Amino acid sequence: MDKKGNVLVEMKDICKQYPGVTALSNVSFTLREGEIHSLCGENGAGKSTLIKILTGYEHKDSGRIFLKGKEIAAETTLEAQRVGISTVYQEVNLCPNLSVAENIFIGRQPTDRFGQISWNRMRRGAVKAMARLNMELDVEAHLEEYSVAVQQMVAIARAVDMEASVLVLDEPTSSLDANEVANLFEVIRRLQRQGMGIIFISHFFEQVFQLSDTITVLRNGHKIGTYDIQEIDRRSLVEKMLGRELAAFTETAEEKQCKKEDKTSVYFRMEGVGKKGMIPPLDVTVEKGTIVGLAGLLGSGRTETARLLFGVDKADSGTFYLGTKKTRNASPQDAIRHGMAFCPENRKTEGLVLEMTVRDNIILALQGKKGMFHLISKRRQRELADEYINKLRIATPGSSQLVGNLSGGNQQKVLLARWLATNPDLFILDEPTRGIDVGAKAEILNLVLKLAKDGKSVMFISSEISEVIRCSDKVYIYKDRHIVGELEGEQVTEERILNCIAESAESSEGQKAGKEKIDGAKT
Amino acid sequence: MEQKHKIWKSFMRRPECLTLTALFGLLLFNLFFTKGFFTIQIRDGHFYGSLIDIIKRGAPLMITVMGLTMVIATGGTDISVGSIAAITGVFTASLIGGDFAFEAGAVSGSRVPLGMAIAAGLLAAAMIGLWNGFLVAKIGIPPLIATLMMQVAGRGIAELIASGKILTIYYKPFYYIGSGWLLGLPVSIFLVLALGMLVWLLLRKTAYGMYLTAIGLNKTASAFSGIKTGMVVWSAFVFSALMAGIAGIVTSSEIRAADPVNLGLYLELDAILACNLGGNSMKGGRCNLAGSIIGAVLVQTLTTTIYSKGVPSETILVYKALVVILVGLIQVTDWSLALKRRGCRSEAA
Repeated sequence: MDKKGNVLVEMKDICKQYPGVTALSNVSFTLREGEIHSLCGENGAGKSTLIKILTGYEHKDSGRIFLKGKEIAAETTLEAQRVGISTVYQEVNLCPNLSVAENIFIGRQPTDRFGQISWNRMRRGAVKAMARLNMELDVEAHLEEYSVAVQQMVAIARAVDMEASVLVLDEPTSSLDANEVANLFEVIRRLQRQGMGIIFISHFFEQVFQLSDTITVLRNGHKIGTYDIQEIDRRSLVEKMLGRELAAFTETAEEKQCKKEDKTSVYFRMEGVGKKGMIPPLDVTVEKGTIVGLAGLLGSGRTETARLLFGVDKADSGTFYLGTKKTRNASPQDAIRHGMAFCPENRKTEGLVLEMTVRDNIILALQGKKGMFHLISKRRQRELADEYINKLRIATPGSSQLVGNLSGGNQQKVLLARWLATNPDLFILDEPTRGIDVGAKAEILNLVLKLAKDGKSVMFISSEISEVIRCSDKVYIYKDRHIVGELEGEQVTEERILNCIAESAESSEGQKAGKEKIDGAKT
Repeated sequence: MEQKHKIWKSFMRRPECLTLTALFGLLLFNLFFTKGFFTIQIRDGHFYGSLIDIIKRGAPLMITVMGLTMVIATGGTDISVGSIAAITGVFTASLIGGDFAFEAGAVSGSRVPLGMAIAAGLLAAAMIGLWNGFLVAKIGIPPLIATLMMQVAGRGIAELIASGKILTIYYKPFYYIGSGWLLGLPVSIFLVLALGMLVWLLLRKTAYGMYLTAIGLNKTASAFSGIKTGMVVWSAFVFSALMAGIAGIVTSSEIRAADPVNLGLYLELDAILACNLGGNSMKGGRCNLAGSIIGAVLVQTLTTTIYSKGVPSETILVYKALVVILVGLIQVTDWSLALKRRGCRSEAA
């Protein structure tokens, strides 16, 4: 270990208790100069809590933190920044209504000699900060005009620009595409060479292995161990994170085979459905009991399709068919009447009501369907909630816990439970596994497969192509807001999907530059 | 013992607990410093006293608050309730016929049957509610702005109806609502109880209360769950207007006149204050009917206390403001946490 740089951060015996949960118990953690150190663990293992304590967002119950040998006790994030710890949190926390430049310099605006904000210096600084990430954009435009991916890059640019000695990246890549990830990694490596210590948290194993020097594994608030990247492989890492044998999760092959029989009857069909300024007309057919995957890059039109299908956005062209009958589908109510369920991409802002209890969240859609005058009795509410908490193994102290207090994977399960309670025929799942740990991911994928086995249809959207392949009977491939390919059954392979995207990319090479801006227009 | 402790604890955590404590504090103050505050006399088989007075005087506010709580639960606000009260009171009074009655001598009948006059007044209130709801739920104007229009325009409409005069009402049966007696108690108390019961049933025995809070907390998620968010918000504004209308009728019945300028003046401010004191956040997502009503009683008790201390009327608002700031401070601060952190707030929060 001595060949590495000096110890930069040392966290000793950190404990943290939340009401009803032990988030961290005696966790120690060491970060050295010029080291990229990954924190791995399931959701709720304590990674984010550890980071939040380091960066002053949360307060430790006990334990000590040293930075370059000096004890620090950051009370606020501002203080932590001042001593040289800068952070990009999992949820982008910037101000969407301010300009990119303002966001990068918020809290440390450059001033001129009269103490007034120097907009020129700010602008130049912002351009420079973005250029470091190989990005060029209008720094005076409001942040909300850009896509989530760009916003993420701005958050990173801001953290990098603070010239801290410690950089914390909590799931920085979850909304970036491959190119952007490569860019980011290049920047991270450059910072590493400059002697910065980097803490990296990601659910993507490939990225963890590609990037890090050291891995620390947490499980249920305990530290399992710290490992050199050479001395650990993927399988053992997953086993350490889960604390159980991996075999339980590597099912699917057999399940997938037993569901090829009759899938000819159409459940729902969109013909030439599109919306001006959002997505050009497209045809999508969902058959009964099948899983239809939508593959493609972020912002390629997958989410838009889901929103049109569920009636969230009103289509201005084309027709919908329920079975063979033409039908109206102009609002979520229409869609729900047709038997649809929708788990949106952004489960925290569009899916769940975080400040309501697990129970209320589970019954919300059912209550909406039943109408105002048929209140589900308190007893029935509890029964329903408990039923789904058991069925989906939602980890919560009880049905009256606030959903906001659960981990990402469990939140996603609550969202699924909400719709399962209404017994729909078609599930539209937009990125259901995003930001979720391996264990919960496998459970959700298994659930999707089981739904199809029970005769339900599923529209499955994911940025992780391997997941789409694992589940789908049919895959629509998206590129720049068009469906560029459709694969079925045996044809569904990673190679074919990638080829399909790549081929159409060649023909539209020129559009690449303008793409970011279009993405932004959506939000 | 354990069980008792638990109940006490859960009570302490309820938002209206503080309001109730403040109310008791105020009453305690009166017990020591206001002579005869708690004496209740019986005259002609009717109960009289400051306490009865508070409830009687506070009835319009309590009624208004019942509707406003729903709007606030959705994250909106309705600052037109005072104007709506004025329009309803004036319109009803004009139908009963102040002028006509005056010319015919002090004793006379109503121009329109009383029931119809009241129904027409409430219909007018509901129409205004529909308009407010339309602006907010369909057009998408922020609630504050949408109802501000009605607050300003509403006074004008009321003056138009009354042709700029105060309408005096001479039709006796109309007095019964605001100043009549039933079982020795003011009729308005029973009206408050009945309406409170109705609203409580609506909020608790249907899913309406749940829809309101869900919308207040996350409108998108509610819409995606199949709740007709537009209709729910819209209806909340109608309820709010209806309740304000009833308050207007009660007030004009009590003072036996409808003054387009002063009827329900600043009612919206007292009502919003009462809702807030009752633990309903202006951000929405809280629908605490009991809290709001207790808040309304608190506001009225405060007003009555200040009056009974003989404070010059010009300074009453200042005293009110002081007390409100105090209660508000207590309410927004989680003291145990504040002491621990000593005001250190994480900037990202």
